[in-house]
Amino acid sequence: MKPIFNRGPTLESRLFIVVVLSLGLLISDGLYGVFKPLRSLLTTLVSPVQYIASLPAVFLDASTDRIISQEQLITENEALIQQLVILQADNQRYQSLQAENEQLRKLLDAPIQTNLPKKVAELMAVDNNPYSLQVLINKGSINGVFNTQPVIDDQGVVGQIVDVAQTTSRVLLVSDLSHAIPVRILRNNLRLIANGSGELNLLNIKHVPHSADVAEGDILITSGLGNVFPEGYPVAVISQIKRDEGRPFAMVKATPLARLDRLRYLLLLGQQEMPLAPLNATENRVIKGDINE
Amino acid sequence: MNKRYVIYLSIFIALVLEVIPMPLDVAMYRPDWLLLVLVYWNIALPQRVNLGLAFACGVILDILLGHSLGLNSLALVVVIYISSLHYQRLRNYSVWQQMVLLGLLTALYNLIIFWLQHWLTNVYFQFSYFWPIVTTVFLWPWLFWILRKIRRQMGLS
Repeated sequence: MKPIFNRGPTLESRLFIVVVLSLGLLISDGLYGVFKPLRSLLTTLVSPVQYIASLPAVFLDASTDRIISQEQLITENEALIQQLVILQADNQRYQSLQAENEQLRKLLDAPIQTNLPKKVAELMAVDNNPYSLQVLINKGSINGVFNTQPVIDDQGVVGQIVDVAQTTSRVLLVSDLSHAIPVRILRNNLRLIANGSGELNLLNIKHVPHSADVAEGDILITSGLGNVFPEGYPVAVISQIKRDEGRPFAMVKATPLARLDRLRYLLLLGQQEMPLAPLNATENRVIKGDINE
Repeated sequence: MNKRYVIYLSIFIALVLEVIPMPLDVAMYRPDWLLLVLVYWNIALPQRVNLGLAFACGVILDILLGHSLGLNSLALVVVIYISSLHYQRLRNYSVWQQMVLLGLLTALYNLIIFWLQHWLTNVYFQFSYFWPIVTTVFLWPWLFWILRKIRRQMGLS
């Protein structure tokens, strides 16, 4: 057979070079994450492809937004106003509750929680990857997004940022196989870790002893340990407990509270320099200038 | 010389189609556009489109999909090597026979990707991972005829 390449390396040596390069990239990036910092630059380079890929969805959304009947708009408006009134009434109580909470914490010398800045982002695309549950959002490093920033929606925790480009970034969902989030049960403060399962609406709670006080329907909230997710945000609700005495631990499954299959608007919490863990009360007072030395 | 942009344009469109958002139910049937386009151009013009371009496109696809770099490029390179070895034979087969062979190539591509993913992140097997093979196979005749028409009209060599 006539060789394809008359000049330069033969087909086999090209294959060898390219396979070695691929394996090298795989090992360095897959196992050791060498290219993580370069990722944002690389993603910015391929962003034209993503931009064009997102155009049809953007056009469809814009046109359906325009082609909506006035009657529908009026009913939607009324429902939103009602919801807003109720939320504002609740908010009045929230301010006083927050002040009371701060006073109580000062008295007990417990850590004080600072109010975290929030940023709204919109979902651009769900990642076409059956092996890893990630979504793309339309905020990037120019908006102040940073790696491991927590992401929530209106119902619960969605995940954390894993990849930041100039104008877009990638969110790893809580139910991805490689994700784990420290939680505690709202009812009795039992500390657990919720691992992703690879399925969108399922979390696995591993290493739960048979004697642990868990019940179906328990709400899991973030415990703040690990310094990635701030404390107190709802994560999931326990859906199934199987206590098989033959196994060393109980098998506990939970359903994430965030609507992971219907994500649209997401909130990004925190800022890069701001610590997510609460400050010690005395430290906070020194910063505020309360203590007179 | 300047007519080669058609090849790169078709690869660009294939990349766009690989990432275009689709409803969740349809998304698991997404065919392997990049593989189809690269295999066609490799059979038609093996000097122009071969392992180097396959490697580069594989890395770009990895960046777009958020995989670790080198995943898609390794799988693509193996498949393009196989099609490169037999490009003359593949050209002379009828479209139906090519479909069968392409089915095998796509199956190999998806299998390599699954193996590498399993090595890296311990995913477990689900049959729905292999639906793209079916849609890719049925897409091949269309793509073959379209790209061949374009190649002949532009007189690419």
